[in-house]
Amino acid sequence: MHATLCEHLLDLVQNAVEAGASFVQVEVVETEAGDVEVTVSDNGRGMTPEEARRALDPFASDGRKHPARRVGLGLPFFRQMVEQAGGEFDLRSELGVGTSVFGRYRGDHPDAPPMGEWSDFVVQALVLGEGLEMALIREWRGRRVVIRRSELAEALQGLGDAEALALARRYVGEQEREILGKG
Amino acid sequence: MSKLTLEALRKLREAKRNEMARRESDGTAGTILIGMGTCGIAAGARETFDAFVEALAAHPGLKHVAVRQTGCMGLCYAEPTVEIAMPGMPTVLYGRVKAEGVPQIVEEHLLKGRLVSERVLDKPAVDLMKPRKS
Repeated sequence: MHATLCEHLLDLVQNAVEAGASFVQVEVVETEAGDVEVTVSDNGRGMTPEEARRALDPFASDGRKHPARRVGLGLPFFRQMVEQAGGEFDLRSELGVGTSVFGRYRGDHPDAPPMGEWSDFVVQALVLGEGLEMALIREWRGRRVVIRRSELAEALQGLGDAEALALARRYVGEQEREILGKG
Repeated sequence: MSKLTLEALRKLREAKRNEMARRESDGTAGTILIGMGTCGIAAGARETFDAFVEALAAHPGLKHVAVRQTGCMGLCYAEPTVEIAMPGMPTVLYGRVKAEGVPQIVEEHLLKGRLVSERVLDKPAVDLMKPRKS
């Protein structure tokens, strides 16, 4: 089980990229009332209802990546986390259209995970899928910041090297502090 | 501190551009590939990733090395796994590279061109390995 929400997010983004998506959106909304709402959606190949059911089984894998493997833990971990924190989980997927994963839980529930490092998550997600667009959205009590992969890649003339990634991390960190009122 | 805008980011990067072109033609850049599947994440690969980004970005000779991530490489027992491809060196897969292990790899493998033997999981056969040109 992952320790922070950002660890779950990275896992889910990886699923989206592996599903052949050209667009991935991650949205984390922390409401005034203390709810945390998480949505990860993609326009990848999507799943049939049967595949979606199997994707939630930790002891199932489609075997495409690792033929002998009998586990697939990304989605089950996220679902377990949400449900442990007393929240609701939803998975919607349509073959050929894409997949959307949703979770909502109370941020102050004893079993709710800490956020983790948002800026690190963003940078790690950005290097995953080259050539695909990502929108990574963080909202805190109505204040919102949207990081688009294309915008950052353009400003930094590519995200290929360590220097660009260190700058991106700093930029995302400052954007985050601003919405959290710590800027 | 004033807020870092996309525009400011662009200028920061452009200021370093000439230098970058020189480095790239030098062939000094390489690639660090970090396994960040569920297993890697659970084992601390996110911290390893950050440690590489920060260590390389801070080093004038290494800041144009690419840092990328990939899914599980199938060696979950040895996570975090890191594949290093540096020009003039064999491509090497290291295992159990926590953030604390990053400085040693940067110093030995990337800067001195010596393998960190105790962490090597896989490397090409000895007869395929050529000594690094100095």
